[in-house]
Amino acid sequence: MIIGLDHYLAVSAILFGLGLTCILMRRDLLLILMGLEMNLNAANLALVAFSRYGRGADGQVLTLFVIAIAAAEAAVGLAIVVALFKNRRSVNADDFRSLKG
Amino acid sequence: MNAGDALFLFFSLALVLSALMVVLSPNAVVSALYLVLVFLFTAGLYILLQAFFLALLQVLVYAGAIMVLFLFVMMVLDLRKPCRWWDGNLPALMGGPLVGLAFGAAVWATLRRTVWPEATSETLFRGDLAAVVTPLFSRFLLPVEIIALLLLVATIGVVVLTRREDHP
Repeated sequence: MIIGLDHYLAVSAILFGLGLTCILMRRDLLLILMGLEMNLNAANLALVAFSRYGRGADGQVLTLFVIAIAAAEAAVGLAIVVALFKNRRSVNADDFRSLKG
Repeated sequence: MNAGDALFLFFSLALVLSALMVVLSPNAVVSALYLVLVFLFTAGLYILLQAFFLALLQVLVYAGAIMVLFLFVMMVLDLRKPCRWWDGNLPALMGGPLVGLAFGAAVWATLRRTVWPEATSETLFRGDLAAVVTPLFSRFLLPVEIIALLLLVATIGVVVLTRREDHP
C-alpha cells in the first residue's frame, strides 16, 4: 500500500465529520468551539496534503492564515462564552432560547 | 510497508480515536485534553507531509496557546453541572452523527471517483522554510498585514466583551 493524497484527504474528511458531529451533538458551548477547531484542523490537513502533492507552497501559506484566524476565533468565541456565562450562569446551548418565538 | 506508511497509519488511527474521544467524553476538560492529542497527531501528519514549519506552529499555537485558553476559561467559569452528551435533546443527538456520516459518505464517494495526478518522489513539494515563508513577504504581503489588523481587532473585541458592566 502506498500512502497517497487520497489517504490524507480521507483522514481529513473523517476529522471534519467528527468535528461536525461534535458541533451538532454536544450542547456545551465549549465543546461546540472545540468541534469548530477540529473542523479548521481538518481543513488545514487537506490544505497541507494538497500543497505536498500539488507542488506548491500556497497551501501551506493558506494554512498559516487559517491558524491565525483560528486563534482569533477561539479568543473571541471564548470571550462570548464568558460573557454569556456571566449573564445566564450556564454554558448549555439549550438554555439560550430567548430568540425562540 | 515502510516506516513512513506505518507512521501514517499510526498517526491517522490515533488522530481519529482521539477525535472520537473528544466527541464522546462526558467531561469538558477531558475533551480538551483529547483535543490536545488531536492537534499533536495532526502535527505528526504535517511532519510526514514535510511541512516542518507548520508542524512546529501547530504545536505552539494550537496545542499550546489555544488549548491553554480553553482550559483557562474552563477554570475561570467553574462549571458545576457538566453537559453530558447523552442528556442533550433528541434532534441534536440523532442529527449530529447523521450529518457527520452523510458528510463523510459524500467525501468518500467523491474521493472514489477522482483520479489524482501521478506523484513521484521528484514532483512532491518539499516544504522547506524558505519556500513557505518567502511568499509571505512578496505575494501575500497584504493578507499578512490584514491578519495583523484582524488579530488587533480580536484582542480589542475580547477586552470589550469581557468587561464588567458596572465599570465604565
